[in-house]
Amino acid sequence: MSTETAAATAKKESLFSKKNRKLLVDPLDDSNPITVQVLGICSALAITVQLQQAVIMSLSVLFVMIGGNVIVSLLRNMIPDRIRIIVQLVVVASLVIIVDQALKAFQPDISEKLSVFVGLIITNCIIMGRLEAFALGNKPGPSFLDAIGNAMGYAWILLAVSIVREVFGSGAISLPGMGQVKFLPTEWFMSEGGFYENNNLMILPPMALITVGIIIWIQRSRNQALIEEN
Amino acid sequence: MAIDKNSTGYTFLFSIAMVVVVGTALAFTALSLKDRQDANAADKKMMDILGAIGVSADRTNANALFAEYVVERVAIDLDGRQVSATSAAVDPTDKADPFSIDVKKDYRASIKSAVKAADGDEAALAAALSDKALEFPLFRCVTDAGQNLYVIPVVGSGLWGPIWGYVALEEDMTTIFGANFDHKTETPGLGAEIKESFFTDKFKGKKLDIEGSALFSVLKGGAPTDENSVDGITGGTITSKGVDEMINRTLKVYLRYFESQTRAQR
Repeated sequence: MSTETAAATAKKESLFSKKNRKLLVDPLDDSNPITVQVLGICSALAITVQLQQAVIMSLSVLFVMIGGNVIVSLLRNMIPDRIRIIVQLVVVASLVIIVDQALKAFQPDISEKLSVFVGLIITNCIIMGRLEAFALGNKPGPSFLDAIGNAMGYAWILLAVSIVREVFGSGAISLPGMGQVKFLPTEWFMSEGGFYENNNLMILPPMALITVGIIIWIQRSRNQALIEEN
Repeated sequence: MAIDKNSTGYTFLFSIAMVVVVGTALAFTALSLKDRQDANAADKKMMDILGAIGVSADRTNANALFAEYVVERVAIDLDGRQVSATSAAVDPTDKADPFSIDVKKDYRASIKSAVKAADGDEAALAAALSDKALEFPLFRCVTDAGQNLYVIPVVGSGLWGPIWGYVALEEDMTTIFGANFDHKTETPGLGAEIKESFFTDKFKGKKLDIEGSALFSVLKGGAPTDENSVDGITGGTITSKGVDEMINRTLKVYLRYFESQTRAQR
Protein backbone atom coordinates (compact mmCIF):
# COMPACT_ATOMS: atom_id res chain seq x y z
CA MET A 1 0.00 0.00 0.00
CA SER A 2 2.63 2.49 1.06
CA THR A 3 4.95 1.48 -1.80
CA GLU A 4 2.12 2.07 -4.25
CA THR A 5 1.56 5.67 -3.14
CA ALA A 6 5.28 6.27 -3.13
CA ALA A 7 5.50 5.04 -6.71
CA ALA A 8 2.57 7.21 -7.68
CA THR A 9 4.18 10.36 -6.31
CA ALA A 10 7.54 9.44 -7.85
CA LYS A 11 5.93 9.25 -11.26
CA LYS A 12 5.07 12.91 -10.93
CA GLU A 13 3.25 14.35 -13.87
CA SER A 14 5.07 16.97 -15.86
CA LEU A 15 3.28 20.30 -16.00
CA PHE A 16 2.84 19.95 -19.73
CA SER A 17 1.69 16.37 -19.93
CA LYS A 18 -1.06 15.51 -22.36
CA LYS A 19 -3.67 15.74 -19.63
CA ASN A 20 -2.49 19.17 -18.57
CA ARG A 21 -2.32 20.44 -22.12
CA LYS A 22 -5.92 19.41 -22.46
CA LEU A 23 -6.78 21.62 -19.46
CA LEU A 24 -5.26 24.55 -21.27
CA VAL A 25 -6.61 23.94 -24.76
CA ASP A 26 -10.04 22.43 -24.18
CA PRO A 27 -11.73 25.61 -22.93
CA LEU A 28 -10.60 27.42 -26.08
CA ASP A 29 -12.85 25.26 -28.21
CA ASP A 30 -14.46 22.01 -27.00
CA SER A 31 -15.59 23.29 -23.63
CA ASN A 32 -15.51 27.03 -24.26
CA PRO A 33 -17.16 28.77 -21.32
CA ILE A 34 -19.15 31.19 -23.49
CA THR A 35 -20.03 29.37 -26.68
CA VAL A 36 -20.41 25.84 -25.32
CA GLN A 37 -21.25 26.21 -21.63
CA VAL A 38 -22.98 29.56 -22.22
CA LEU A 39 -21.60 31.09 -19.02
CA GLY A 40 -20.50 34.68 -18.52
CA ILE A 41 -22.81 35.89 -21.28
CA CYS A 42 -23.93 39.01 -19.43
CA SER A 43 -20.50 40.65 -19.43
CA ALA A 44 -19.81 39.38 -22.96
CA LEU A 45 -22.82 41.34 -24.20
CA ALA A 46 -22.23 44.46 -22.16
CA ILE A 47 -18.58 45.37 -22.60
CA THR A 48 -17.82 44.39 -26.19
CA VAL A 49 -18.59 47.75 -27.80
CA GLN A 50 -14.91 48.66 -27.83
CA LEU A 51 -11.86 46.44 -28.06
CA GLN A 52 -10.01 48.25 -25.27
CA GLN A 53 -12.76 47.53 -22.75
CA ALA A 54 -12.78 43.89 -23.78
CA VAL A 55 -8.98 43.69 -23.37
CA ILE A 56 -9.09 45.17 -19.87
CA MET A 57 -12.05 42.99 -18.90
CA SER A 58 -10.26 39.88 -20.20
CA LEU A 59 -7.11 40.74 -18.27
CA SER A 60 -9.15 41.37 -15.12
CA VAL A 61 -10.93 38.05 -15.46
CA LEU A 62 -7.60 36.32 -16.17
CA PHE A 63 -6.13 37.78 -12.98
CA VAL A 64 -9.14 36.93 -10.81
CA MET A 65 -9.43 33.47 -12.35
CA ILE A 66 -5.76 32.54 -11.79
CA GLY A 67 -5.70 34.04 -8.30
CA GLY A 68 -8.97 32.40 -7.30
CA ASN A 69 -8.16 28.98 -8.72
CA VAL A 70 -4.68 28.84 -7.20
CA ILE A 71 -5.70 30.16 -3.78
CA VAL A 72 -8.70 27.86 -3.48
CA SER A 73 -6.62 24.95 -4.71
CA LEU A 74 -3.93 25.65 -2.09
CA LEU A 75 -6.56 25.85 0.62
CA ARG A 76 -8.61 22.91 -0.66
CA ASN A 77 -7.62 20.62 2.21
CA MET A 78 -8.24 23.29 4.83
CA ILE A 79 -11.57 24.72 3.71
CA PRO A 80 -14.45 23.38 5.82
CA ASP A 81 -17.03 21.82 3.50
CA ARG A 82 -19.93 23.62 5.07
CA ILE A 83 -18.65 27.09 4.23
CA ARG A 84 -16.77 26.34 1.03
CA ILE A 85 -19.02 28.46 -1.21
CA ILE A 86 -18.64 31.42 1.16
CA VAL A 87 -14.87 30.97 1.18
CA GLN A 88 -14.79 30.89 -2.63
CA LEU A 89 -16.95 33.97 -2.75
CA VAL A 90 -14.69 35.84 -0.32
CA VAL A 91 -11.58 34.92 -2.30
CA VAL A 92 -13.15 36.02 -5.60
CA ALA A 93 -14.66 39.18 -4.12
CA SER A 94 -11.35 40.28 -2.58
CA LEU A 95 -9.49 39.75 -5.85
CA VAL A 96 -12.17 41.68 -7.73
CA ILE A 97 -11.97 44.58 -5.28
CA ILE A 98 -8.20 44.68 -5.75
CA VAL A 99 -8.66 44.78 -9.54
CA ASP A 100 -11.33 47.48 -9.24
CA GLN A 101 -9.15 49.65 -6.99
CA ALA A 102 -6.14 49.22 -9.26
CA LEU A 103 -8.17 50.19 -12.35
CA LYS A 104 -9.49 53.28 -10.57
CA ALA A 105 -5.92 54.28 -9.78
CA PHE A 106 -4.20 53.44 -13.06
CA GLN A 107 -6.89 53.33 -15.78
CA PRO A 108 -9.61 55.73 -14.53
CA ASP A 109 -11.34 56.23 -17.89
CA ILE A 110 -11.66 52.54 -18.58
CA SER A 111 -12.72 51.92 -14.99
CA GLU A 112 -15.54 54.40 -15.58
CA LYS A 113 -16.66 52.68 -18.76
CA LEU A 114 -16.55 49.20 -17.24
CA SER A 115 -18.32 50.64 -14.16
CA VAL A 116 -20.41 47.90 -12.56
CA PHE A 117 -19.05 45.12 -14.73
CA VAL A 118 -15.78 44.87 -12.84
CA GLY A 119 -17.79 44.33 -9.67
CA LEU A 120 -19.90 41.80 -11.54
CA ILE A 121 -16.84 39.62 -12.17
CA ILE A 122 -17.71 38.31 -8.69
CA THR A 123 -20.89 36.81 -10.08
CA ASN A 124 -19.30 35.67 -13.34
CA CYS A 125 -20.43 32.04 -13.38
CA ILE A 126 -17.23 30.93 -15.12
CA ILE A 127 -15.11 31.79 -12.09
CA MET A 128 -17.27 30.26 -9.37
CA GLY A 129 -17.88 27.32 -11.67
CA ARG A 130 -14.17 26.57 -12.09
CA LEU A 131 -13.47 27.01 -8.37
CA GLU A 132 -16.22 24.61 -7.38
CA ALA A 133 -15.73 22.10 -10.19
CA PHE A 134 -11.96 22.11 -10.54
CA ALA A 135 -9.85 23.96 -7.99
CA LEU A 136 -11.48 22.30 -4.96
CA GLY A 137 -10.40 18.88 -6.18
CA ASN A 138 -7.07 19.50 -7.89
CA LYS A 139 -3.52 20.57 -7.14
CA PRO A 140 -2.42 24.19 -7.68
CA GLY A 141 -0.47 23.40 -10.89
CA PRO A 142 -3.36 21.95 -12.89
CA SER A 143 -5.70 24.56 -11.34
CA PHE A 144 -3.41 27.29 -12.62
CA LEU A 145 -3.54 25.85 -16.14
CA ASP A 146 -7.28 25.35 -15.93
CA ALA A 147 -7.67 29.00 -14.93
CA ILE A 148 -5.57 30.23 -17.84
CA GLY A 149 -7.42 27.96 -20.27
CA ASN A 150 -10.85 29.11 -19.18
CA ALA A 151 -9.93 32.77 -18.95
CA MET A 152 -8.46 32.61 -22.44
CA GLY A 153 -11.54 30.79 -23.72
CA TYR A 154 -13.59 33.67 -22.32
CA ALA A 155 -11.14 36.27 -23.61
CA TRP A 156 -10.93 35.25 -27.25
CA ILE A 157 -14.70 35.29 -27.64
CA LEU A 158 -14.80 38.73 -26.00
CA LEU A 159 -12.05 40.03 -28.25
CA ALA A 160 -13.56 38.55 -31.41
CA VAL A 161 -16.99 40.00 -30.66
CA SER A 162 -15.61 43.41 -29.74
CA ILE A 163 -13.45 43.62 -32.89
CA VAL A 164 -16.47 42.87 -35.08
CA ARG A 165 -18.65 45.35 -33.19
CA GLU A 166 -16.11 48.15 -33.10
CA VAL A 167 -15.01 47.82 -36.72
CA PHE A 168 -18.55 47.80 -38.10
CA GLY A 169 -20.15 49.97 -35.43
CA SER A 170 -17.56 52.74 -35.07
CA GLY A 171 -15.20 52.16 -38.01
CA ALA A 172 -12.34 52.06 -35.54
CA ILE A 173 -10.15 49.92 -33.34
CA SER A 174 -9.09 50.89 -29.85
CA LEU A 175 -6.41 49.53 -27.58
CA PRO A 176 -5.68 50.50 -23.98
CA GLY A 177 -3.20 53.35 -23.86
CA MET A 178 -3.58 54.12 -27.57
CA GLY A 179 -7.11 55.42 -27.65
CA GLN A 180 -9.44 54.84 -30.58
CA VAL A 181 -7.90 54.70 -34.05
CA LYS A 182 -10.35 55.50 -36.84
CA PHE A 183 -8.87 53.83 -39.89
CA LEU A 184 -11.53 54.66 -42.48
CA PRO A 185 -10.89 57.85 -44.50
CA THR A 186 -13.41 60.52 -43.48
CA GLU A 187 -14.40 61.26 -47.08
CA TRP A 188 -15.88 57.75 -47.31
CA PHE A 189 -18.66 58.67 -44.92
CA MET A 190 -22.06 59.78 -46.15
CA SER A 191 -21.93 62.93 -44.04
CA GLU A 192 -18.87 63.90 -46.10
CA GLY A 193 -20.50 62.91 -49.39
CA GLY A 194 -19.13 59.37 -49.46
CA PHE A 195 -20.87 56.00 -49.62
CA TYR A 196 -20.23 54.51 -46.18
CA GLU A 197 -22.08 54.72 -42.89
CA ASN A 198 -21.29 53.06 -39.56
CA ASN A 199 -23.84 50.47 -38.52
CA ASN A 200 -25.26 51.85 -35.28
CA LEU A 201 -27.07 48.59 -34.58
CA MET A 202 -23.63 47.05 -33.94
CA ILE A 203 -23.17 49.28 -30.89
CA LEU A 204 -26.39 48.05 -29.28
CA PRO A 205 -26.35 44.94 -27.05
CA PRO A 206 -28.54 42.74 -29.32
CA MET A 207 -25.78 42.65 -31.93
CA ALA A 208 -23.41 41.18 -29.35
CA LEU A 209 -25.80 38.29 -28.89
CA ILE A 210 -26.11 37.84 -32.64
CA THR A 211 -22.32 38.00 -33.07
CA VAL A 212 -21.84 35.38 -30.34
CA GLY A 213 -24.50 33.33 -32.15
CA ILE A 214 -22.57 33.54 -35.40
CA ILE A 215 -19.36 32.46 -33.62
CA ILE A 216 -21.23 29.46 -32.16
CA TRP A 217 -22.53 28.63 -35.63
CA ILE A 218 -19.06 28.73 -37.20
CA GLN A 219 -17.58 26.78 -34.30
CA ARG A 220 -20.15 24.00 -34.53
CA SER A 221 -19.93 23.66 -38.27
CA ARG A 222 -16.17 23.13 -37.88
CA ASN A 223 -16.41 20.97 -34.78
CA GLN A 224 -19.38 18.70 -35.37
CA ALA A 225 -18.90 16.84 -32.10
CA LEU A 226 -20.42 19.87 -30.33
CA ILE A 227 -23.77 19.57 -32.07
CA GLU A 228 -26.35 18.21 -29.66
CA GLU A 229 -28.79 15.57 -30.83
CA ASN A 230 -32.42 16.43 -30.46
CA MET B 1 -3.37 15.01 15.81
CA ALA B 2 -5.70 15.22 12.92
CA ILE B 3 -8.06 18.16 12.97
CA ASP B 4 -11.66 17.54 12.03
CA LYS B 5 -12.08 20.22 9.41
CA ASN B 6 -15.85 19.93 9.58
CA SER B 7 -16.12 20.62 13.30
CA THR B 8 -17.88 23.79 14.36
CA GLY B 9 -14.83 25.10 16.18
CA TYR B 10 -12.57 24.68 13.17
CA THR B 11 -15.14 26.31 10.90
CA PHE B 12 -15.27 29.33 13.21
CA LEU B 13 -11.50 29.57 13.48
CA PHE B 14 -11.12 29.31 9.72
CA SER B 15 -13.71 32.03 9.13
CA ILE B 16 -12.09 34.37 11.64
CA ALA B 17 -8.61 33.86 10.18
CA MET B 18 -9.94 34.36 6.66
CA VAL B 19 -11.68 37.63 7.54
CA VAL B 20 -8.57 39.01 9.25
CA VAL B 21 -6.28 38.13 6.34
CA VAL B 22 -8.66 39.42 3.67
CA GLY B 23 -9.46 42.57 5.63
CA THR B 24 -5.79 43.43 6.06
CA ALA B 25 -5.01 42.82 2.41
CA LEU B 26 -7.88 44.97 1.18
CA ALA B 27 -7.23 47.79 3.62
CA PHE B 28 -3.61 47.85 2.53
CA THR B 29 -4.54 47.97 -1.18
CA ALA B 30 -7.12 50.70 -0.65
CA LEU B 31 -4.77 52.89 1.37
CA SER B 32 -1.80 52.52 -0.94
CA LEU B 33 -3.84 53.45 -4.02
CA LYS B 34 -5.87 56.25 -2.45
CA ASP B 35 -3.64 59.17 -3.50
CA ARG B 36 -3.72 58.21 -7.15
CA GLN B 37 -7.49 57.67 -7.07
CA ASP B 38 -8.06 61.07 -5.45
CA ALA B 39 -5.88 62.74 -8.08
CA ASN B 40 -7.90 61.00 -10.81
CA ALA B 41 -11.17 62.13 -9.25
CA ALA B 42 -9.91 65.74 -9.09
CA ASP B 43 -8.89 65.58 -12.77
CA LYS B 44 -12.31 64.26 -13.68
CA LYS B 45 -13.99 67.09 -11.78
CA MET B 46 -11.88 69.66 -13.64
CA MET B 47 -12.73 68.03 -16.97
CA ASP B 48 -16.45 68.19 -16.14
CA ILE B 49 -16.29 71.86 -15.10
CA LEU B 50 -14.36 72.73 -18.26
CA GLY B 51 -16.87 70.69 -20.28
CA ALA B 52 -19.73 72.89 -19.03
CA ILE B 53 -18.04 75.97 -20.50
CA GLY B 54 -17.33 74.16 -23.76
CA VAL B 55 -13.63 73.47 -23.23
CA SER B 56 -12.73 69.87 -23.89
CA ALA B 57 -9.92 68.61 -21.70
CA ASP B 58 -8.38 65.23 -21.06
CA ARG B 59 -6.51 63.92 -18.07
CA THR B 60 -3.14 65.16 -19.27
CA ASN B 61 -4.11 68.83 -19.62
CA ALA B 62 -7.04 69.19 -17.19
CA ASN B 63 -4.93 70.87 -14.52
CA ALA B 64 -3.34 73.40 -16.87
CA LEU B 65 -6.60 74.26 -18.64
CA PHE B 66 -8.44 74.56 -15.34
CA ALA B 67 -5.87 77.04 -14.08
CA GLU B 68 -6.19 78.96 -17.35
CA TYR B 69 -9.97 79.25 -17.58
CA VAL B 70 -11.24 79.12 -13.99
CA VAL B 71 -10.26 82.46 -12.51
CA GLU B 72 -11.97 82.25 -9.14
CA ARG B 73 -13.47 79.64 -6.85
CA VAL B 74 -16.12 80.83 -4.41
CA ALA B 75 -17.91 79.05 -1.57
CA ILE B 76 -21.34 80.37 -0.57
CA ASP B 77 -23.76 79.34 2.15
CA LEU B 78 -27.45 78.46 1.92
CA ASP B 79 -28.52 82.13 2.11
CA GLY B 80 -26.25 83.11 -0.75
CA ARG B 81 -23.59 84.80 1.38
CA GLN B 82 -20.02 84.40 0.27
CA VAL B 83 -18.02 82.28 2.73
CA SER B 84 -14.66 82.20 1.03
CA ALA B 85 -13.04 82.80 -2.32
CA THR B 86 -9.69 81.96 -3.81
CA SER B 87 -7.83 82.26 -7.07
CA ALA B 88 -4.77 80.32 -5.97
CA ALA B 89 -3.73 77.06 -7.61
CA VAL B 90 -6.00 74.13 -6.80
CA ASP B 91 -4.86 72.02 -3.91
CA PRO B 92 -7.13 68.96 -3.67
CA THR B 93 -5.81 68.19 -0.20
CA ASP B 94 -6.82 71.60 1.18
CA LYS B 95 -10.23 71.12 2.78
CA ALA B 96 -10.89 74.88 2.86
CA ASP B 97 -10.56 75.19 -0.92
CA PRO B 98 -14.04 75.54 -2.49
CA PHE B 99 -12.83 73.01 -5.07
CA SER B 100 -12.74 70.38 -2.30
CA ILE B 101 -16.40 70.81 -1.28
CA ASP B 102 -17.91 67.39 -1.90
CA VAL B 103 -21.39 68.28 -3.14
CA LYS B 104 -22.26 64.64 -3.76
CA LYS B 105 -21.47 63.77 -0.17
CA ASP B 106 -23.46 66.74 1.15
CA TYR B 107 -26.41 65.67 -0.98
CA ARG B 108 -26.23 62.09 0.23
CA ALA B 109 -25.72 63.02 3.86
CA SER B 110 -28.29 65.75 4.41
CA ILE B 111 -30.01 67.24 1.37
CA LYS B 112 -31.52 64.06 -0.06
CA SER B 113 -33.58 63.16 3.00
CA ALA B 114 -34.59 66.81 3.53
CA VAL B 115 -35.86 67.09 -0.05
CA LYS B 116 -37.91 63.96 0.40
CA ALA B 117 -39.36 65.10 3.74
CA ALA B 118 -40.17 68.60 2.44
CA ASP B 119 -42.00 67.13 -0.59
CA GLY B 120 -41.91 70.34 -2.64
CA ASP B 121 -42.44 72.69 0.29
CA GLU B 122 -39.57 75.18 -0.11
CA ALA B 123 -39.89 76.79 3.32
CA ALA B 124 -39.73 73.39 5.01
CA LEU B 125 -36.67 72.44 2.96
CA ALA B 126 -34.88 75.68 3.81
CA ALA B 127 -35.69 75.19 7.50
CA ALA B 128 -34.43 71.60 7.46
CA LEU B 129 -31.14 72.59 5.82
CA SER B 130 -30.52 75.82 7.75
CA ASP B 131 -28.62 74.20 10.63
CA LYS B 132 -26.47 71.93 8.43
CA ALA B 133 -23.78 74.55 7.67
CA LEU B 134 -23.72 73.55 4.02
CA GLU B 135 -21.39 75.23 1.59
CA PHE B 136 -21.89 75.46 -2.15
CA PRO B 137 -18.98 75.92 -4.59
CA LEU B 138 -19.10 78.30 -7.54
CA PHE B 139 -16.52 78.47 -10.30
CA ARG B 140 -16.06 81.77 -12.16
CA CYS B 141 -14.50 81.25 -15.56
CA VAL B 142 -13.41 83.55 -18.36
CA THR B 143 -13.56 82.20 -21.91
CA ASP B 144 -11.20 82.95 -24.77
CA ALA B 145 -13.68 85.58 -25.96
CA GLY B 146 -13.49 87.31 -22.56
CA GLN B 147 -16.96 86.17 -21.53
CA ASN B 148 -17.59 85.73 -17.80
CA LEU B 149 -19.19 82.39 -16.97
CA TYR B 150 -20.37 80.87 -13.69
CA VAL B 151 -20.21 77.10 -13.34
CA ILE B 152 -22.51 75.56 -10.75
CA PRO B 153 -22.39 71.91 -9.67
CA VAL B 154 -25.78 70.23 -9.26
CA VAL B 155 -26.56 66.90 -7.61
CA GLY B 156 -29.83 65.01 -7.42
CA SER B 157 -31.49 61.62 -7.66
CA GLY B 158 -32.45 59.74 -10.78
CA LEU B 159 -34.45 56.54 -10.90
CA TRP B 160 -31.85 54.11 -9.57
CA GLY B 161 -29.13 56.25 -8.08
CA PRO B 162 -27.44 59.62 -7.96
CA ILE B 163 -27.25 61.96 -10.94
CA TRP B 164 -25.08 65.06 -11.10
CA GLY B 165 -23.77 67.66 -13.46
CA TYR B 166 -22.49 71.18 -14.02
CA VAL B 167 -24.51 74.13 -15.31
CA ALA B 168 -22.69 77.15 -16.75
CA LEU B 169 -24.50 80.52 -16.58
CA GLU B 170 -23.61 83.59 -18.59
CA GLU B 171 -22.78 86.97 -17.08
CA ASP B 172 -26.44 88.05 -16.91
CA MET B 173 -26.83 85.09 -14.50
CA THR B 174 -30.01 83.94 -16.21
CA THR B 175 -28.87 82.57 -19.57
CA ILE B 176 -27.58 79.00 -19.61
CA PHE B 177 -24.32 78.80 -21.51
CA GLY B 178 -23.94 75.05 -21.31
CA ALA B 179 -24.54 72.03 -19.13
CA ASN B 180 -23.36 68.50 -18.71
CA PHE B 181 -24.80 65.66 -16.70
CA ASP B 182 -23.70 62.26 -15.56
CA HIS B 183 -25.21 59.43 -13.61
CA LYS B 184 -24.22 56.32 -11.76
CA THR B 185 -26.75 53.64 -12.62
CA GLU B 186 -29.54 55.06 -14.80
CA THR B 187 -31.09 52.73 -17.39
CA PRO B 188 -28.95 52.52 -20.55
CA GLY B 189 -30.83 53.91 -23.54
CA LEU B 190 -33.39 55.70 -21.34
CA GLY B 191 -32.37 57.70 -18.27
CA ALA B 192 -28.69 57.22 -19.06
CA GLU B 193 -29.17 59.44 -22.13
CA ILE B 194 -28.96 62.57 -19.93
CA LYS B 195 -25.19 62.49 -20.38
CA GLU B 196 -25.41 62.52 -24.18
CA SER B 197 -24.86 65.75 -26.11
CA PHE B 198 -28.25 65.64 -27.87
CA PHE B 199 -29.82 66.26 -24.46
CA THR B 200 -27.29 68.67 -22.95
CA ASP B 201 -27.15 70.76 -26.16
CA LYS B 202 -30.81 71.65 -25.66
CA PHE B 203 -29.89 73.64 -22.55
CA LYS B 204 -27.67 76.05 -24.45
CA GLY B 205 -29.15 79.54 -24.71
CA LYS B 206 -32.17 78.74 -22.51
CA LYS B 207 -33.08 81.24 -19.80
CA LEU B 208 -33.96 80.92 -16.13
CA ASP B 209 -37.43 82.24 -15.33
CA ILE B 210 -36.59 84.41 -12.30
CA GLU B 211 -40.18 85.57 -11.72
CA GLY B 212 -41.95 82.29 -12.45
CA SER B 213 -42.83 79.49 -10.08
CA ALA B 214 -40.05 77.29 -11.45
CA LEU B 215 -36.69 78.59 -12.62
CA PHE B 216 -36.41 75.99 -15.31
CA SER B 217 -38.34 72.91 -16.37
CA VAL B 218 -37.44 69.61 -17.91
CA LEU B 219 -40.76 68.63 -19.46
CA LYS B 220 -42.18 65.19 -20.04
CA GLY B 221 -40.90 63.82 -23.33
CA GLY B 222 -42.49 65.41 -26.40
CA ALA B 223 -44.20 68.38 -24.71
CA PRO B 224 -43.81 71.78 -26.42
CA THR B 225 -40.97 73.81 -24.91
CA ASP B 226 -40.38 77.54 -24.49
CA GLU B 227 -37.25 79.47 -23.57
CA ASN B 228 -37.45 78.35 -19.93
CA SER B 229 -37.74 74.62 -20.56
CA VAL B 230 -36.31 71.69 -22.45
CA ASP B 231 -37.80 68.46 -23.68
CA GLY B 232 -37.12 65.59 -21.27
CA ILE B 233 -36.18 62.08 -22.26
CA THR B 234 -38.97 59.81 -23.43
CA GLY B 235 -38.96 56.70 -21.26
CA GLY B 236 -36.65 58.41 -18.77
CA THR B 237 -39.31 60.44 -16.98
CA ILE B 238 -38.03 59.95 -13.44
CA THR B 239 -34.45 60.76 -14.43
CA SER B 240 -35.68 63.86 -16.32
CA LYS B 241 -37.64 64.92 -13.24
CA GLY B 242 -34.49 64.44 -11.18
CA VAL B 243 -32.59 66.78 -13.52
CA ASP B 244 -35.43 69.32 -13.20
CA GLU B 245 -35.44 69.04 -9.41
CA MET B 246 -31.69 69.35 -8.92
CA ILE B 247 -31.40 72.37 -11.22
CA ASN B 248 -34.24 74.26 -9.54
CA ARG B 249 -33.19 73.45 -6.00
CA THR B 250 -29.51 74.25 -6.48
CA LEU B 251 -29.80 77.32 -8.71
CA LYS B 252 -32.15 78.99 -6.20
CA VAL B 253 -29.30 79.07 -3.68
CA TYR B 254 -26.93 80.60 -6.22
CA LEU B 255 -29.50 83.17 -7.37
CA ARG B 256 -29.57 84.56 -3.83
CA TYR B 257 -25.82 85.03 -4.14
CA PHE B 258 -26.10 86.62 -7.60
CA GLU B 259 -28.79 89.04 -6.31
CA SER B 260 -26.61 90.16 -3.44
CA GLN B 261 -23.73 90.65 -5.91
CA THR B 262 -25.78 92.85 -8.25
CA ARG B 263 -27.08 94.88 -5.26
CA ALA B 264 -23.52 95.43 -4.11
CA GLN B 265 -22.54 96.71 -7.53
CA ARG B 266 -25.29 99.34 -7.64
